[in-house]
Amino acid sequence: MTAVNGAQPGYRERTGVAAAIGSLVERWPIHLTLVVIGLLWLLPSVALLTSSFRPANEVLTTGWWNAFSLPFEFTLQNYQDVLSRNNIGQSFINSLFVSIPATLIPIMVAAFAAYAFAWMDFPGRNALFTLVVGLLVIPLQSALVPVLQLLTDLRITGSFLAIWLAHTGFGLPFGIFLLRNFIGALPREMFESAFIDGASPVTAFFRLVLPLSVPAIASFAIFQFMWVWNDLLVALIILGGTPDVAPLPVQIASLVQSLGQGWHLLTAAAFVSMALPLVVFFGLQRYFVRGILGGSIKG
Amino acid sequence: MNTLLMAIIVVVGVPALVVAYIVGTEYVLRLVPETTRPRIRPWLWVAPAFLFLITFLIYPTIRTFIVSLMNARGDEFVGLDNYLGLFSSGAFWQTLLNNALWIVFFTGFVVIFGIVIAVLTDRVRYETVVKAVIFIPMAISFVAAGVIWGFMYNFDPNIGTVNALITAVGGEPLPLLLEWPRNTFLLIVVGIWMWTGFAMVILSAGLKGISTELLEAARMDGANEFQVFFRIILPLLAPTIAVVATTIVITALKTFDIVYVMTGGRFGTEVIGTLFYRQLFTIDNDGAAAAVAIILLLAIVPVMLFNIRRFQAQEAIR
Repeated sequence: MTAVNGAQPGYRERTGVAAAIGSLVERWPIHLTLVVIGLLWLLPSVALLTSSFRPANEVLTTGWWNAFSLPFEFTLQNYQDVLSRNNIGQSFINSLFVSIPATLIPIMVAAFAAYAFAWMDFPGRNALFTLVVGLLVIPLQSALVPVLQLLTDLRITGSFLAIWLAHTGFGLPFGIFLLRNFIGALPREMFESAFIDGASPVTAFFRLVLPLSVPAIASFAIFQFMWVWNDLLVALIILGGTPDVAPLPVQIASLVQSLGQGWHLLTAAAFVSMALPLVVFFGLQRYFVRGILGGSIKG
Repeated sequence: MNTLLMAIIVVVGVPALVVAYIVGTEYVLRLVPETTRPRIRPWLWVAPAFLFLITFLIYPTIRTFIVSLMNARGDEFVGLDNYLGLFSSGAFWQTLLNNALWIVFFTGFVVIFGIVIAVLTDRVRYETVVKAVIFIPMAISFVAAGVIWGFMYNFDPNIGTVNALITAVGGEPLPLLLEWPRNTFLLIVVGIWMWTGFAMVILSAGLKGISTELLEAARMDGANEFQVFFRIILPLLAPTIAVVATTIVITALKTFDIVYVMTGGRFGTEVIGTLFYRQLFTIDNDGAAAAVAIILLLAIVPVMLFNIRRFQAQEAIR
């Protein structure tokens, strides 16, 4: 699987400087198109990042591009302000509290089911797995109200427990689908010899399946983490907007409404929320890509 | 409770509980004869998953369907009134029209950009850099993207980049998000910015699967680059394009966050996702909200069936 970081030039490279220049001239439309697209895609993020480091009065009176002309004026004041005064610091911690268990629980639950679907025989196995594939596309909206009702009856709305359970339920179809495809591709002989040696399915699962499935588990983990970290709808409905539990997207959405034109604070708050997913993404991008592919393509 | 203590309990305790369940089942299985164990065991392994799926997806969806046949407070059966009420309001047709615009333009541009970028980056050495740049928006939340683009689209040319460009070429600043259909198209631009990375990655993986010998052979036979692209690459990439397109169509149908954050569904930008939220919380009409959700689900069913058929075909050749 060669994706984001597995570059393989499709062209046979000619050697020598002259040839390199020749190919550059001959293929300038390709380079131009890619550079223009790249810059267009980068522009909004650069505008945000630049503005978040500019003094408040500058952000509100002159365009962000002026930051790159003399005199240079950059400040960390906006970050200090949002982290201390606008509950963004608290929300960051809340987001971690929401995201980490909401990632760990579905990994385990999905891995158990995936192993059963891949290597155990039971009546209705294919029908049930087809049901899981169907559930992949169910819109959250069609489930949210009764889920909210159920969690209200259990008196756990507004608690982290409620949102962990909900995100586990919503993330499971993708997790089962991805892990089952991966675990199902493990060699049959390996299981046979393990069972001949007297291993129980539990032993086989923890000693063989889990260690060998790390790539697939990592990709599901990253995907689920990003999904939960960035989620607004489920958090808004199940956790509500009280600052002591509100994760970052909920807090920022309410800042957008209350601050309106407070761009110096909004840009800083938005960047705080982007920082962790970007680190996760750049650190583990090859797993992330595999997660997206999710068995849709054998690469 | 002390935050750190709670964090430790949660991160260690919750997975430990799940592991304890599976280990526990094996002890329970020792109580039954050895020959019956393989018949019971699979059900114990899939049970937690199905408990979650039934509680959070299957039962709620059925329940939503029932609620959609009830009145605003959910205590009286009203038949199809909620559906009829929605379809008889002009605002709802506007909502459906917006979703149709999302499906056509969002899906179209995401797929086209995805193909173009995948094919072009395949031919340069800085492939990794371009792909990372295009992919960054995928890692950003819709809310953060809403802030980014609210900033881009701001009316004040000293703040909003787009209006700064318009005034730079001698135009008057435009209230970009206030007039339909311009605002819907500008929201779709945000969606394209966020999702092109997704399409690019999958299409690029599909592209790498096409044998280079085949392309070389075509070039040797005198095919130019456009013929290679339209006659060979595109047909071979068609199944991958179908995967991407169905995913993006579902995303277009479910669109919520971008619209909620940037316009709140006002100024004619309402989509099914925001209408559902507004019916539920602002108008407080549970029945109508459920009907909106079911309409959304029905719109997705054909795509779902397509997904299942494709999955079964894939299983058949496994």
